[in-house]
Amino acid sequence: MLLLREIFITDYFSFMKKSYQSLEDNSTNDMKQVIRRFLNSRILLSSLIFLLTFSTSLFAQEGDPAKGKTLFNTNCAACHNLDKKMTGPALRNVEARLSEEEGLDREWIAAWIRNSAAMIKSGDAYANKIYAEYNNAAMTAMPQLTDEDISNILAYTAQEKAAPAGGSDVVAQTNTSAKGGISNELILGALVVLFALLAIGLVLVNKTLRRFASANNVDIPEAEKGKSLWSAFIQNQFLMLVLAIFFLLASGYYAFGYFMQIGIDQGYQPVQPIHFSHKIHAGDNKIDCKFCHSSARVSKTSGIPALNVCMNCHKSIYEYNGEVTAEYTKEFYDAEIAKLYAATGWDDANQEYTGETQAVKWVRIHNLPDFAYFNHSQHVSVAGIECQTCHGPVEEMEIMYQYSPLTMGWCINCHRETNVQVKDNGYYTKIHEELSKKYGVDQLTAAQMGGLECGKCHY
Amino acid sequence: MSSSKKYWKSVEELNPKQSSAVEALKHKEFVQEIPVDEFLGDKETLESSSTTRRDFLKYVGFSTAAASLAACEGPVNRSIPYVVQPDQIVPGVANYYATAIANGYDFASILVKTREGRPIKIENNKLAKSHGNSNARVQASVLDLYDSLRVAGPMKGGENSSWTELEAELATVLNRLKGGSKDIVLLTQTFASPSTSKLISEFKEYYGNVRHVVYDAISESSALDAFQNKYGTRGLANYDFSNAATIVSVGADFLGDWQGGGFDAGYAKSRIPDHGKMSYHIHFESNMTLTGAKADKRVPLTPTQQRKVLAELYGKINGSAVSTDLPEHIKEAVSMAASELVKAGSKAVLVSGIQDVNAQQIVLDINETLGSDICDTANPVLTRQGNDKAVLQLINDMNSGKVGALLICGVNPSYSLPNAADFNQALSKTELSVAFSMKADETAVQTNYIAPTPHYLESWGDVEMVKGQYGLMQPAIRPLFDTKQFQDVLLSILGKDQSFHDYVKDNWNTNILNGSSFNQALHDGVFEGSTSTTTEDTTEDTTEDTATDAVPSNSGNAARALAASTANGYELTLYPMTGMGDGQQANNPWLQEFPDPLARTTWDNFLAVSEADAKELNLYLEPSNFFSQSSHDATGGLNGKYANVTANGVTVKVPVIIQPGQAKGTFAMALGYGRTEGLKYELQTGVNAYPLYANFNPVQTVTVEAAEGRHEFACVQLHNTLMGRGDIIREASLKTYNTEDKDAWNAVPVVSLDHKETPVTSPKVDLWDEFDRSIGHHFNLSVDLNACTGCGACVIACHAENNVPVVGKEEIRRSRDMHWLRIDRYYSSEETFVGDTAKKKNIKGIGSSMNDFGEMESPADNPQVAFQPIMCQHCNHAPCETVCPVAATSHGRQGQNHMAYNRCVGTRYCANNCPYKVRRFNWFLYNENDEFDFHMNDDLGRMVINPDVTVRSRGVMEKCSMCIQMTQKTILDAKRDGRPVNPNEFKTACSAACSSGALVFGDINNEKDDITKLKDDKRAYRLLASVGTKPNVMYQALVRNTNEA
Repeated sequence: MLLLREIFITDYFSFMKKSYQSLEDNSTNDMKQVIRRFLNSRILLSSLIFLLTFSTSLFAQEGDPAKGKTLFNTNCAACHNLDKKMTGPALRNVEARLSEEEGLDREWIAAWIRNSAAMIKSGDAYANKIYAEYNNAAMTAMPQLTDEDISNILAYTAQEKAAPAGGSDVVAQTNTSAKGGISNELILGALVVLFALLAIGLVLVNKTLRRFASANNVDIPEAEKGKSLWSAFIQNQFLMLVLAIFFLLASGYYAFGYFMQIGIDQGYQPVQPIHFSHKIHAGDNKIDCKFCHSSARVSKTSGIPALNVCMNCHKSIYEYNGEVTAEYTKEFYDAEIAKLYAATGWDDANQEYTGETQAVKWVRIHNLPDFAYFNHSQHVSVAGIECQTCHGPVEEMEIMYQYSPLTMGWCINCHRETNVQVKDNGYYTKIHEELSKKYGVDQLTAAQMGGLECGKCHY
Repeated sequence: MSSSKKYWKSVEELNPKQSSAVEALKHKEFVQEIPVDEFLGDKETLESSSTTRRDFLKYVGFSTAAASLAACEGPVNRSIPYVVQPDQIVPGVANYYATAIANGYDFASILVKTREGRPIKIENNKLAKSHGNSNARVQASVLDLYDSLRVAGPMKGGENSSWTELEAELATVLNRLKGGSKDIVLLTQTFASPSTSKLISEFKEYYGNVRHVVYDAISESSALDAFQNKYGTRGLANYDFSNAATIVSVGADFLGDWQGGGFDAGYAKSRIPDHGKMSYHIHFESNMTLTGAKADKRVPLTPTQQRKVLAELYGKINGSAVSTDLPEHIKEAVSMAASELVKAGSKAVLVSGIQDVNAQQIVLDINETLGSDICDTANPVLTRQGNDKAVLQLINDMNSGKVGALLICGVNPSYSLPNAADFNQALSKTELSVAFSMKADETAVQTNYIAPTPHYLESWGDVEMVKGQYGLMQPAIRPLFDTKQFQDVLLSILGKDQSFHDYVKDNWNTNILNGSSFNQALHDGVFEGSTSTTTEDTTEDTTEDTATDAVPSNSGNAARALAASTANGYELTLYPMTGMGDGQQANNPWLQEFPDPLARTTWDNFLAVSEADAKELNLYLEPSNFFSQSSHDATGGLNGKYANVTANGVTVKVPVIIQPGQAKGTFAMALGYGRTEGLKYELQTGVNAYPLYANFNPVQTVTVEAAEGRHEFACVQLHNTLMGRGDIIREASLKTYNTEDKDAWNAVPVVSLDHKETPVTSPKVDLWDEFDRSIGHHFNLSVDLNACTGCGACVIACHAENNVPVVGKEEIRRSRDMHWLRIDRYYSSEETFVGDTAKKKNIKGIGSSMNDFGEMESPADNPQVAFQPIMCQHCNHAPCETVCPVAATSHGRQGQNHMAYNRCVGTRYCANNCPYKVRRFNWFLYNENDEFDFHMNDDLGRMVINPDVTVRSRGVMEKCSMCIQMTQKTILDAKRDGRPVNPNEFKTACSAACSSGALVFGDINNEKDDITKLKDDKRAYRLLASVGTKPNVMYQALVRNTNEA
């Protein structure tokens, strides 16, 4: 199949499915285009740069690390990290390092940032060295950065590495949560002890009173031992009959309920080979479902994303820096990212693929029987139904589970109640006009469109 | 090595003089006696034990039940996504790739449907100007890809080998032989491939003493020779019958595989009455063929008489006197044919299947004389290149030790040669023989090496089927096994660091494309070239100039030679069967279970005998009656006698079928059966007829005698005639059709309402209230009985699309076939079907009805034939729906009769109540069941399953769904694009596969669909309309050109 790549590459979201190799190729291509676009204005720019460098060296101010951080995150973070080699080199103390090791000043850095390709072309030794070291991946030219911007960024890079604050946070949190747990138990324990004391007290009081009574020769009237309620009940045939019927009905009800839930796996929440948190991706980071489950738009299956889709982001997101709990610590999440790296064969230290991949065997959660045909694109693209309608609050699910029963009754109910999205869809124009006249309604339900027919889902 | 190891339990055992203790222990399983007596001997303890036997069983029972209950858990399903998803693959969405099949017998430009990278279906390539249509075998070829018996890697003498070893030895031997006295011979199929031709030429140039022998199992050598003599190119005239006014065929089954086949689409076009005109087709033949069945006038005669017919035709058209001793009625037919041909002039065409250079020369001459536009000699068909004489010469040379190395590719001579034994013997005299083959077939097991080749869906290549019409072949799946293309091996032997893919691309860019884009050509699969490529000339290889010898220079002499031919005794015609072709796809269960369009048998070939000859030769089985079973078993199973057929000292024992229309004094037998190697036991069916195929002549003089035993056929249609029920197949002569009112020949049936005749379409006679079906889609399928040639491509397409199971010969014999679509074949009992209807009308009283109905059960000697494809009729008032107790079958608003398999409980009421008998019951589990060891029983074979259609289980009813998965997909595509469905966008598997245009599917609520016009055509009628079922399938009445003024 791969041999056939020559044709049919134009897929509107093919960027998601490209292999990493071609992704890199593409980025280089893009870069060239960008360079070409700026080619005409280069002369103008270089004179401007000259002026600017001159002026900045006059001012020679220290930058603002806070502004620098913002700039760094917008412009540089896609390829650079402060402490870690990524697509480009680690940038912590880059200025100091360069001036110490290579004798290069800020002007060199600024020129490199604004147009690295020109510097490589000009034959600058270190420029060519670094270009070769990073697999001839050209750095995006950033002529828009002013000298002030650059000094801000450099100020940010010159900051000392902060002490790992996350760790202590976790400990603190663990402590608080632990405290909370203990205090709850304490209260409960105290209550238990209190009730026990009360009960013992009552028994003791009773005993004491009886002792007093016997001592004072007071007769305690014995309750008359008539027919017990139980035997009266047993002898009442009517009540027995009613009870029997009740029991039969109740057991029938529960048996029916039990048998009807066989094969329905609502709430099925298996342990997955990689702890993928939908909460972090779809909830905290607000990634659209169809960004990863792209085939839901065009195919019957929503598609479990191929691992190269994960790597589009996780190539640069190598650690977790979000909210943590006692159970799910930063170390835990980082380990899960490491599992992804292992599966895709990504060597994070050297920023390259080893080529040793292994497939991830996810446990399938939503299992429709083979005789039921369900098509995602019909519901997602045509009907415009939110994923959450069937899959529930996925953005809150730390561990994914089956939200809906996926029974036929559940499907049918929805088809009965849901109106068809006919607006702006040329397919429905004629049929909607005719059918709405026939039924005398404005809005047609899926059922009225024939969505309850057996053969629409069973073939 | 490992056998020298010895395991010992004690040192004593190693002592050469073993002690008696060791010897004694050897004979005991346990070192110490089992103290059985201790437990069971002590009765007292046993009786006093509190645990009784019953208690023990209770505990065991309970714990087993508890354990198994606790183990009841749903299965864990895994989903494994790609690590790196390929660009074009979206799981759940089908991709189509254009490619071509060129297996030496079938050549076609096709589209391959793939799902998740698995090819699952073959479709026609509409862009192809010629050979863009697939037949049943091409449709089934996708299953060959998943054949579990394919050779998985190189083999040397039955042992596993490697490509390195194979190529190294091949190179060594070839280099030693280079320029020597012994030849290097490539014995191959017809490739019709420009790039392969070029490559082989280079190979020849490099080694010098290379000979390339092209071998077609079923030879067209004489037609090729005649064409080459006349026009210089080794090819075959191309025929486009679509504009033909008169077609005369002398023994040419051009709707079958005659000269490579592929003419049915054009023929069907000329058969649809358009503006009152259709072609007139006269057919002379000895055995009943598809073409003969479609002819307007069919003349049965012996093969020798066919030659004389041709001679006389030549005489009549050229005005030269050729006198023959033909019987009067044939002479009449010939002079009629001659005058018709002359009358039609450039719109006339003569074709012949006689394997004789003289005959073929005459055919070309007559077509030239007529100035026929139908016969195109400028752009010949290149799909047959075989040279019989070169093949025979090769065997002689091999025997005399002149051949050093033999590379066999794509052919199976040890099976398909008449003198296969000679070939096998000669094979051992070569220094090295390599079979490039997908299977360990009859030839491959005899050679030194088996070099496994990929299936065509795993290969690169190109093909030029008709001169100037190019096709590209591209893989649709990565090779499943460790295989290598023949061409790749040649390239690597030549020391070229190039794959055949690159080679084809280079060749196309430099020689064929003329500046056009390769990717575009690859996308289209076809390319129309303006430049002509020089193909490798294979005739020069034969030591003598074989092609031109013994050919009379003038056609007059040729005609006289034909006229002088005589026959002594019975004549046997060897022909390829529609399902099996030349036999290379014998391990394909779809094709084995494909019913022969005429005999309607499956899993068999047979000797077709006329009824008169059968009675004479004691080959006839009397009809079964109440007291005795003879021709049919009580279950209906068809029986046949065996015959010993002897020709040239070779005798084969073969079952006999009585074939109506078989000329007296002639027999017919199909090639392609009787394979023994490289296929599963159940698929080793039939009798090999190739040993009778002496000198590659399909006509042989034979002696036939009855043999012992009774053969059990698996025949899907037991009743041969229509019994005068003209309502089932409506027909009219062209004259009636043109001149008379529709009601005279295609009237709406009437039923009695209050003793008044009321049309069945009237709502008053309806049991049900009619629904309003004018909103939304309403699907109808039209079947044109004039265009349908009975080829059966639709049957296999339906199998592939709908996961129809294969049930095997035994089950078919019990009438448990699962075909959703069958093509019923009817013979007339009188001379014509019209005659049948008249006879039935005249039956009065019990005496004549008992006698005449009995007579009407047997077909005429030269009957009219009609084909009628029958699938579920999707009745709007379906009888099956009302009787289902669980409402498993119900009607959709779009006209389809739905079948919910999961709801069906298998009462089979629906099948009993269906007047069309189209419902099929799953008597067994046909998948993953060792009792039905066909493709659905192994992982590889199941890869062909269409994931959009449920695989049915045991005990449920199934039937044609009108490909609801396809209509639903078309609707969804339109919805997603936000547009109305395009005209003629709806398709079913059968209508998409039908190359003749007989099956047309569409939405009758869309005026732009072709079906809407067909619905109101005056030929349109509904099957058994009088029952009031209101089917959504319609038939277009059969119009026969009886050539009346």
